[in-house]
Amino acid sequence: MAVDGGKLELPENVFVSKLDELASWCRKNSLWPMPFATACCGIELMATGASKHDLARFGAEVFRFSPRQCDLMIVAGRVVMKMLPVLQRIWQQMHEPKWCISMGACASTGGVFDTYAVVQGIDRFIPVDMYVPGCPPRPEQLIQAIIDLQDKIQREGTITGREFDTAGRQARKRALVEIAAPLSIDAARNPVLQRELAAASEAIGPRS
Amino acid sequence: MPHTPAAVDEVVADVSARFGLLETSTFRGQTRIVVRSVDAPDALRLLNQLGFDLLVDITCVDYLEYKGAKHRYGLVYLLANTATNQRLTVRAFLDDPDPTIRSVVPLWEGANWLEREVWDLFGIRFEGHPDLRRLVMPEEFTAHPLRKDYPLQGRGERHNFPVITRDHS
Repeated sequence: MAVDGGKLELPENVFVSKLDELASWCRKNSLWPMPFATACCGIELMATGASKHDLARFGAEVFRFSPRQCDLMIVAGRVVMKMLPVLQRIWQQMHEPKWCISMGACASTGGVFDTYAVVQGIDRFIPVDMYVPGCPPRPEQLIQAIIDLQDKIQREGTITGREFDTAGRQARKRALVEIAAPLSIDAARNPVLQRELAAASEAIGPRS
Repeated sequence: MPHTPAAVDEVVADVSARFGLLETSTFRGQTRIVVRSVDAPDALRLLNQLGFDLLVDITCVDYLEYKGAKHRYGLVYLLANTATNQRLTVRAFLDDPDPTIRSVVPLWEGANWLEREVWDLFGIRFEGHPDLRRLVMPEEFTAHPLRKDYPLQGRGERHNFPVITRDHS
């Protein structure tokens, strides 16, 4: 290293960076997906991981089916309310830093299935980072979502994972509703939920 | 089983002689008989002895807002004879309150899950069923969703879960 008029000159094989950027670069380029494929989008997820649209090129080298070994959960397909506690348990079993992609219309909003059994968007119960529209989305769309998630990780990532610590620092999702009152099994006795339902049905108007 | 179904007139005549059918009809080669709900399990046992060894399906129709309906629930038993390729539909009608019918699990093992599904979605109780509990809905679900007075979007059960935010997980 030479000092040339007060400016430090570095040889070619030395570069200076921030630890945060370095950690984010490492993390974004080795996102191991946890495929939470419940329905048709799972097939497109498999197609994205196959040889033609290869997801491994972007670092998603292995689809580990154990949440302990993954950092990216891709929820592909509709999630019914019987499955939702399982989804939440898998999410909690993943180690931080972790991210979630909601793939397809059903995972993002419930899709065409506005019924008693299908959760209308997993972002009501799980923090989601990236949404992929489509029914099903093409593999190229999913790859774009992974690339966008990589950009997001590079932008916001810290080596200590500070960005995950406070919910206040992350933008609160519009769809998340905090249920402060203790849950009761009978939905009719859950006052926060009933209030939200009444407000939503007023906004929509009378259904035929 | 061969493709074209065989005639079931003799079978229908046998059942009619023993139990007295409320109705018989045929449409495009498919025969349907209606029996009283108290007679239905015995008629099904007779049909089982006459060779109908395959219970294809048990399902139900809710006639709550149907014009001209006399009863609310119409149970449907679809039977098939694998040796002679005869097929028959047996209907039995039930009413509120407390629609109940004897279970046919002793006749066909496959009725176990089929009756559980009908209990889950319509609320028809099957007496003598070894394990009558919900099949497709979660166990803590309280309603019977395929009844006509249950709304399509549900009563909020689908969103009655705790929310996990970034600072929890």
